[in-house]
Amino acid sequence: MILGFDPKLIEIVLLSVRVSLTAVVIASALGLPLGAAIAVGRFPGRQALIVLLNALMGLPPVVAGLVVYLMLSRAGPLGDFGILFTPAAMVVAQTILILPIVAALSRQVIEDAWQEYREQLRSLGAGPLTAALTLLWDTRFSLVTIVLAGFGRAAAEVGAVIIVGGNIDGVTRVMTTAIALETSKGDLPLALGLGVILLSLVLALNAGAYWVKEAAQRRYG
Amino acid sequence: MRQRIFRNILIFIVLLHSFSASAQRFITVASTTSTEQSGLFRHILPVFEKKTGIQVRVVALGTGQALDMARRGDADVVFVHAKSAEERFVAEGYGLKRLPVMYNDFVLIGPKSDPAKIAGGKDILEALRKIKGAAAPFVSRGDRSGTHMAELALWKQSGIEIDKEKGSWYRDTGQGMGPALNTASSMNGYVLADRGTWLSFKNRGDLAILVEGDQRLFNRYGVILVSPEKHKHVKKDMGQAFIDWVVSPDGQKAIAGYKIGGEQLFFPNAGQEGA
Amino acid sequence: MSAAMLPLVLDSLTFGINGKTIIDRVTVEIGAGPRTIILGPNGAGKSVLMRLCHGLLAPTSGSIAWRGAANGRNRQAMVFQRPVMLRRSALANIVYGLKLAGVAPRERELRARDVLEAVGLADVADQSARVLSGGEQQRLALARAWALGPEVLFLDEPTANLDPGAARDVETLIGQIRAGGTKIVMTTHNLGQARRLADEILFLDRGRLVERSPVESFFRQPASPEAAAFIKEELP
Repeated sequence: MILGFDPKLIEIVLLSVRVSLTAVVIASALGLPLGAAIAVGRFPGRQALIVLLNALMGLPPVVAGLVVYLMLSRAGPLGDFGILFTPAAMVVAQTILILPIVAALSRQVIEDAWQEYREQLRSLGAGPLTAALTLLWDTRFSLVTIVLAGFGRAAAEVGAVIIVGGNIDGVTRVMTTAIALETSKGDLPLALGLGVILLSLVLALNAGAYWVKEAAQRRYG
Repeated sequence: MRQRIFRNILIFIVLLHSFSASAQRFITVASTTSTEQSGLFRHILPVFEKKTGIQVRVVALGTGQALDMARRGDADVVFVHAKSAEERFVAEGYGLKRLPVMYNDFVLIGPKSDPAKIAGGKDILEALRKIKGAAAPFVSRGDRSGTHMAELALWKQSGIEIDKEKGSWYRDTGQGMGPALNTASSMNGYVLADRGTWLSFKNRGDLAILVEGDQRLFNRYGVILVSPEKHKHVKKDMGQAFIDWVVSPDGQKAIAGYKIGGEQLFFPNAGQEGA
Repeated sequence: MSAAMLPLVLDSLTFGINGKTIIDRVTVEIGAGPRTIILGPNGAGKSVLMRLCHGLLAPTSGSIAWRGAANGRNRQAMVFQRPVMLRRSALANIVYGLKLAGVAPRERELRARDVLEAVGLADVADQSARVLSGGEQQRLALARAWALGPEVLFLDEPTANLDPGAARDVETLIGQIRAGGTKIVMTTHNLGQARRLADEILFLDRGRLVERSPVESFFRQPASPEAAAFIKEELP
């Protein structure tokens, strides 16, 4: 199955990538601006929000999965969408898992940059919105690393997607749930093989991003 | 406002992911790990899908969880193996009618060293008493699955109140059949398993079948359409089509045709009274 | 330059933080024309005073007022001891400032190229600002401020982190900016620099404005014992 690169395996890998990539795009689209807003803004409840986000970084995937399951279940408040046991449900669960990671870590990075930039930006007349956008752009290389960390977490987690996806053959079976299944079936070599593929994928992605980041940093300082 | 944003994001995700699965006609079947992991579904579902164009999406859980999932309306059909629990499900109004589909049997697996000296026996109750007497390691599913329910019933019949009398030799894993077998394999413990999963299980280590063939080890699978009256969105026509096929000669033949290493895993019994 | 902002009038200006007074009842009027240098030992409050003037800090009590036309932010600019370079090209750093100042898009790049030319950085216009040398970065920071066409330019120890050669370039550039009609207000703790660049000295000691003198008389005969002690200590 592994050496042959059969279509089944490729389908599983592609679904993993598609689900986690979608989740990371949505989590970044929400999390990066949120991180920047918390870094630059001063509003009541800011401290509490920071603590909350930091705590949610450690949210157990099973809990996220369970919550999403209960929301999307036909008996739940969003049951009418009928997306339980679909890739969309897995995207929702992974988004919830990595949004705090992206928001909390980007908040940290952007706030550090804000310390450095604050007087200069205010001197040039930048309001909070302009400052936040400028900082997002100027910390882009660090943010890429954060987004990748989010992708890694999304692609590597199993607890949430197995609950909301159901590990349905050909529909919601991704790398991690396939690994869990093969482990259950006692086919440990196959499970390990799938694990190696998953690891290689995340490794390749990170190596690529690291290389791009290094090159960019040499160029842009 | 926040609710709206959340809904919009959700719609966005749905749209993003709908292109691949859009036109697909499918039903969701809540079933058990034993049917999924034994490979039965991968053998019979393509036959049905080819014939009807209906995709069958199987979510494999323990029987108890599978029934709960159907109670919440998240499945169209349940395909499980705990007759009394299934009958309760129907009696509560969640399911229309339980139809027998097939059976196989449970086997008592244990290490070849066999510390409780039960190998070759035909009496499962006697074997369980000996395991308890020897305080030999016993791995229980502990997950309200059909196999777990069958195991509890057997302890009860053997006169042992396992809830009160279990000691550290009794390991409650709370997991699926596969993980329970993995656990038994690594600690050389006894474990009750369905024959199908055992036959397709690869990490056997020192384990072997020690007790089999007792009438009480009979393992019956039934299929139920989730009540469209309880849950309006249940795809009753497609679900019924699947059930009709499974109990039809065609479906029964497909089930009988599934073999591992020349050994038949499931024996069709649709239409039999009391099955 | 229409409708001048100056003079800048400080009245009993006081700034404290955590109960500690940093600027202590400073009253002074800074007018157009002469280059004003705020001089004083480390910790005298020079940088804080400058940030108060520029509007980065709000006074604890007292007042700051631009007596001229209504306060316009783009009419004053500031260059910091450590310039903050945005992670983009030298040219883009200047364009950024012009954009925030509301300069029309078409005009931004033209003005940016002109000012880069004027500070001698035309050939590194497209290089990332962050990989420039310290001296180049400080000249770029001056260019970014200068491009805004400020009436007043605040400079906070602009050469403190530079080697002598780069410092000289920056001093020359300050002269150029001043020649273009911009009022220079600058802090330094370097007596030589004060002598070279100042027309008048405001001497600050422990948050208080101790003395204001033309540069000549300040060095020849300081009016305050604090200034006298400072000059004596700093000049070998």
